[in-house]
Amino acid sequence: MNPFFIVAQREFLSRVRKRTFLLMTILGPLFFGALIVAPALLNEMTENPDQRILVVDHSFLLVGTDKVGKAVLDYLNPEEFSEHQAIEALQNRDEFDGLLFLPPSENGDPDFILRNARLYSKNDVNFDIVRDLEATLAASATEEKLKLRGVDPSVVSQAQTRVDIKTLDLTEEGAEESAVGLKMAIGFGAGFFVYIFTFLYAAQIMRGVIEEKTSRIVEVIVSSVKPTQLMLGKILGIASVGLLQFLIWVLLTGAIVAGVTATGLLSPDTAELAANPAMASSPIPAEITGTLNAINLPLLVGSFLFYFLGGYLLYGALFAAVGAAVDSETDTQQFMLPLTMPLVLTFVLATNIIESPNGAIAFWLSILPFSSPIAMMIRLPFGVTWPEILLSMSLLALGFLFTTWLAGRIYRIGILSYGKKVTYRDLWKWIKMKP
Amino acid sequence: MSIALHAQGLSKSYQSFKALDALHLEIPTGSIYGLLGPNGAGKTTFLRMVNQIIEPDSGSLHLHGEAMTPAHARQIGYLPEERGLYKKMKVGEQALYLAQLKGMAAAEAKSKLKEWFIRWELQSWWDKKVEELSKGQAQKIQFITTVLHQPKVLIFDEPFSGFDPVNAALIRDEMLRLHQEGSTIILSTHRMESVEELCSHIALINKGVKVLDGTVQDIREANRSNQYKLVFRGDAPSTWNIPAGVTASLTQRDARSGHQSVTFQAESPMASDLMSVLATQCQPISFEEVLPSMNDIFIQNVQA
Repeated sequence: MNPFFIVAQREFLSRVRKRTFLLMTILGPLFFGALIVAPALLNEMTENPDQRILVVDHSFLLVGTDKVGKAVLDYLNPEEFSEHQAIEALQNRDEFDGLLFLPPSENGDPDFILRNARLYSKNDVNFDIVRDLEATLAASATEEKLKLRGVDPSVVSQAQTRVDIKTLDLTEEGAEESAVGLKMAIGFGAGFFVYIFTFLYAAQIMRGVIEEKTSRIVEVIVSSVKPTQLMLGKILGIASVGLLQFLIWVLLTGAIVAGVTATGLLSPDTAELAANPAMASSPIPAEITGTLNAINLPLLVGSFLFYFLGGYLLYGALFAAVGAAVDSETDTQQFMLPLTMPLVLTFVLATNIIESPNGAIAFWLSILPFSSPIAMMIRLPFGVTWPEILLSMSLLALGFLFTTWLAGRIYRIGILSYGKKVTYRDLWKWIKMKP
Repeated sequence: MSIALHAQGLSKSYQSFKALDALHLEIPTGSIYGLLGPNGAGKTTFLRMVNQIIEPDSGSLHLHGEAMTPAHARQIGYLPEERGLYKKMKVGEQALYLAQLKGMAAAEAKSKLKEWFIRWELQSWWDKKVEELSKGQAQKIQFITTVLHQPKVLIFDEPFSGFDPVNAALIRDEMLRLHQEGSTIILSTHRMESVEELCSHIALINKGVKVLDGTVQDIREANRSNQYKLVFRGDAPSTWNIPAGVTASLTQRDARSGHQSVTFQAESPMASDLMSVLATQCQPISFEEVLPSMNDIFIQNVQA
């Protein structure tokens, strides 16, 4: 067998057999599943009980309203209770959570009343309740104002029109229904995974190289295997671990979400929201199914694998070079910054890319190989033309061929250099040096 | 005499530093070849070249008459000075892995390994992790993995470091056995007593240049310094009647035997002349020429 494969096989087996792999592989989906399900679940469980609010309403703005959202209103007679007495009543009675005081006004000006409205709260009146009260008050104030000017409120409410414009993507195949929220979620999720995976597995390569150096086994091995073969074998072996883990994660996460939905822990509405967190803010979640078809799923999955592998190979080789250049993990700092910067920067600019997926920043970040694995994954759901995708992919391929070559030059010298603290100048010398 | 390993004009520079400067070596087949030199002399650079880990700037290497390519590295067993094992890996798996990297089939490697483990009574180590072994125990595993694929040329760089005397003897005997079975052994070490005990040939390298090479006997002969040692019974004469130019050291008495000895330093070889002169002045027990030790030769040549 080619020694390259023997090395890759060892790297793969030694990691897959570890207890931590098993743990991560099982806990990973639980974690991601929880990340997806928990917010929805929490939302359902932390429903606040109704709160009771005392109301002193001098101007009869709320008259006849017993309940506003989750607030049950109990009216005190304004003739009998001054503001001060009402506060006392709130303090003496445990069952009440707050007091809403609406002052009198001589000419019934709603603006004056609401400017001076006060809510005294004992048990931290829920923010939602405050919002609901405000909305109710605003509505009845509007009604009052209309009446004052002799307009029938029912005419106004009939005249009001609700508009939901459907956004459509114009492509060569014609118009497709777009779902910006879902696309954002998918793009951001895929970009995030590429970002995390690249760091996670590239760092494993680096640690593996450092381990071989510090345990001094590396010279034994390079006497039978070429250093580049050793490096590439390691990179390939760990990539296989990553792909295997990813595959298991996808299957398990899917199973967990499906399982939770099936057991009815979540109502169908929440489950649907949970599956697409970004849609939570969208007013019409029912449109999800239709718009899923608008996204080219095979392209997305294929690209994810390509960009994940491409990004991993590009950065993995460089991380291997860093591992070879240092004597211990603590020495890696000085070389890590320029490697992590493009990744972190791209991730930081993710919102920018989402906001204008065809803007200049999005375009360049998704073309340049050091940022394209993340940036292109964020852009893809919004639709990217084929020439751009192919250009980006070829540049990434060229990029990792280049970094692998570069890393190989550093690696073959670095793994046999001990003791001396290595500078960037040394690295440059190593790159130029004959083996 | 056939040559196992032939190095011609090997040079290697790192920036301004010359690690090797036109090194020429002929290592005879079946020899135990001592590679000597102070730290930084270029020994490790040379050994790494032989193992195709680094390439010379110029010069060539031939193994049994064939120009060396990376494929030849598998015909060599190399125990580097900086050596180690994967700490978290099991001993048996690790040995198998290293054997497979040397091109052995898994089944063959396993049966050979089992033989070694039985012979050295290490069977209980097979499933242990390397980190559970002592340094000496790990070194034994490294030795086994170096020789397992039965290479014709074996290279040991400081093989005895980390071994207690019992295990050092075990390794030494094993090296001698491999030598008798026909392996050519290159031994790089600072331990001069091992060199004198084991090596048939040596080369001394200093600052990337070969200072001297040849058989151990020839080198000692060539480095004779015309010193002679006389052991005798009874009292020494008040003054030794010796030829001009010869100086005598102080007489020393051996505490146990009671015999006395004295060393004469001459300017040129004169063993028989000196012996006949001295024989009349005392009751001699022995008279011998003192050949310099490898240690002396090493220090002399490196300092020169």
